[in-house]
Amino acid sequence: MFGIYIQRRKVIRAYFLRRLVYSAITLFVLATTIFGLVRLTGDPAILLTPEGATELERVQIREDLGLNDALPVQFARFIREVVTLDFGTSFHLGQSVTSVYFDRLPNSILLVTVAMAFSLALGIPAGIISAVYNGRWMDFAAKGLALTGMSIPGFVMALTMMFFFSVKFSWLPTFGIGTWKHLVMPGIALGWYFAASTLRLVRSTMLDVLSSDYVKLARLKGMTEQRVIMRHAFANVLIPLISLTGVNFVVMINAATIVEVIFVWPGLGSLLLEAVGERDFPLVQGIVVMSGTLIIITNFLIDLFYAWVDPRIRLTR
Amino acid sequence: MTREILKVKDLATHYTGFGGSRVVKAVDEVSFSLEEGQTIGIVGESGCGKTTLCLSLVRLLAPGAQIVGGSIELNGRDILKLSQKEMVEVRGKEIAMILQDPMTSLNPVINIETQVGEAAFKHRGLRSSTLRERVRQLLEAVRIPSPDVRMQEFPHQMSGGMRQRIAGAVALSGEPGIIIADEPTTSLDVTIQAQYLDLLRRLQKDTGVGLIFVTHDLGIVAKMCDDVIVMYAGKTVEKGSVREIFNNPNHPYTSALIRSVPKLGSKDPLYRIEGQPPDLSNLPQGCSFASRCAIADDHCFEHEPPLIEVGPRRLAACWKIEENAASKEQA
Repeated sequence: MFGIYIQRRKVIRAYFLRRLVYSAITLFVLATTIFGLVRLTGDPAILLTPEGATELERVQIREDLGLNDALPVQFARFIREVVTLDFGTSFHLGQSVTSVYFDRLPNSILLVTVAMAFSLALGIPAGIISAVYNGRWMDFAAKGLALTGMSIPGFVMALTMMFFFSVKFSWLPTFGIGTWKHLVMPGIALGWYFAASTLRLVRSTMLDVLSSDYVKLARLKGMTEQRVIMRHAFANVLIPLISLTGVNFVVMINAATIVEVIFVWPGLGSLLLEAVGERDFPLVQGIVVMSGTLIIITNFLIDLFYAWVDPRIRLTR
Repeated sequence: MTREILKVKDLATHYTGFGGSRVVKAVDEVSFSLEEGQTIGIVGESGCGKTTLCLSLVRLLAPGAQIVGGSIELNGRDILKLSQKEMVEVRGKEIAMILQDPMTSLNPVINIETQVGEAAFKHRGLRSSTLRERVRQLLEAVRIPSPDVRMQEFPHQMSGGMRQRIAGAVALSGEPGIIIADEPTTSLDVTIQAQYLDLLRRLQKDTGVGLIFVTHDLGIVAKMCDDVIVMYAGKTVEKGSVREIFNNPNHPYTSALIRSVPKLGSKDPLYRIEGQPPDLSNLPQGCSFASRCAIADDHCFEHEPPLIEVGPRRLAACWKIEENAASKEQA
C-alpha cells in the first residue's frame, strides 16, 4: 500500500532531474548561439575609437579586449565567464557587466510584474464572464476588448496613452521612473496584448469545460453556480492558462524592449539595445546569458507549478 | 403500500429553435410515479427523449429546452414552481443522478474525497473527520478497495468500472431519495456491467432509494426494474410491470423491442425494426410508430391512439391492442 507512495516520489524526482538536464542543455545552446552571433555584427574597435584614429590604436584595442585570440580560446574564456557569472567589463560603459546588469534588473522585473499582473487581472475575469454569459452583451464587450488587444500594437497604444493622459490631461508623467504613476502607462502598454491573449484562452477553455459532463455532475450534486464555475470549471482552465502565462512571460520580457525605449524606462531591454548598437560584446553576451538563465529558471518553476496543479502530470514523465 | 416520492404528471419538454419556427417535442405528456425503494425503467431508442426526461426531472435542461407543461411533484411539492436558486437545494439532496460515461463525468483535477464528499458537506452538513468517515463509508459501499488511499487519488488513476462506482458514491453522498441512472452501464464492458447492476441493487436495498433506470437494454430492465415505461418519439407508448410487459406486450413497438434482443447461440439473423424514428419536430399525423408498424392500417395513419388503461396499472397506446392480443393467443 505504501509502495505506491515510494514509487510516486521516485517518479517526481525523475521529473525534476529531467527538467534540470533540459534546462542546462538549453542554457548551453543559448550561450553558444549568442557568442557566435555577436561576432557576426562587425568590429567593435571601429566604434570604440574616435574618428580618424590610426589602425595601430585599433589593433591595440583589439589586443586589449582579447579579440585577437583564436575563437576557441575566446569561447573557453566566455564559458568560464558564464560559469562564474563574471562577464568582464563593458566596452563602452567601462563598468563590470554583472553590476550594470543587476542595477537594471529590478526595473525590468518591476515593469514586467506590473504588466503581467495587469494582464491577468483583466484577462481572467473578463474571460470567465465572457464564457459564462456567452452570446450576451458582456460577451461582446469582452470580445471587443480582446480584438483591440490583439490588433493594436504596443507602441501605438503607448503613444496614444501618452497623448491623452500626459499631454492633454496631464494626469500621468510622460516618461521616466520614480513613482507608481510612472508605471501605469508602460504597464498597460506592455500588458494589453497579453490581457487579450489571456482573455481568449480563458474564454475558449471555459466554454469547453462548462459543457463537460463533470460540470454537469457538479450541478447535479446541487453545487451553487459560483462553486461550479470557480472550483469545478476554473480548476481545469488553470492548466492551459499556466502554460500560456509561462510563454507570455518570456515573450513579454522581449516585448518590454520597445515599451522601455518609448517610456525611457531604464530596464534591461533598453540596455540591450544600447549594447547591440555599440557592439559591446561583453555586455550583449552578459545580458543575453543572464536573462536567458532567468527565463530558464522561470520555465523550470512553471513546470513544477504545472505538475502541482495537474495531478495527471505528476505521474507521467 | 410504501410512500410515493415522485409523481410526474403530463410532463412536456420542448426544444425551440430558429425563433420558435421549429419545435421539437422531446418529451410529450409523460406521466409516472415512483415509490420508495422502487425501480422504474425507462426504455426506448436513442433520441426518443429519455435523457431530456431525466434532465427535466432535475431542471437542468440545455438552453433552448423548456418544460412547457405538466407537473413534477417531488416529496409532495411541485418542483416546477421552484426557482433555480431553490433547485440547488433539491439537486443532490432529494434527487441525484449517475451519468452515462464514467470517463468524463468525474473532474480530472479534483481528488476523489472532495468529489464524493461535496454533496454530504453541502446537504448534510458533515465536516472534517465526520465527512471523511462518510466518504470512506461511501467508497466502501461501492466496493472501492483501500478507500483511505484511493480517496486521495484522482480519476485518471482509476479504471472505468471504478470510476462508475465512484459516480455511484457521488450520487449517494447527499442521501437522496431518488437516483436517476442514465444508461450507467452502457460504457462498461459486460462482466463489469453485471457487477455494477448487482451493486446498485444492493445499495438500493440498503438505502431504500428509488431508482429511475434509463436504458435501451431490455435485459437490464428485466433484471433491475419493477415497472417499465416504453417511450417512443417523446411519448409513453406502454407502461406496466416488468413481468407483464415481457410476457404480454400490448404495443407492437414493445414486442419488436423484445424480439430485437439477440439470443446467445442463435444462428438466426438479428431482428431489427425497419425504418427510423420520426423527426420529433415534424411528427406525422396519427400514430407516430405507424410507418414502422407491421399491423398498422389506414386508421392508424390518421388518428393518434390515446394512452388507455388495458389492465390493472397497465397502460398502452395502440389501436390494435385487441387484435395484437388475439394474434398472440393464436401463435
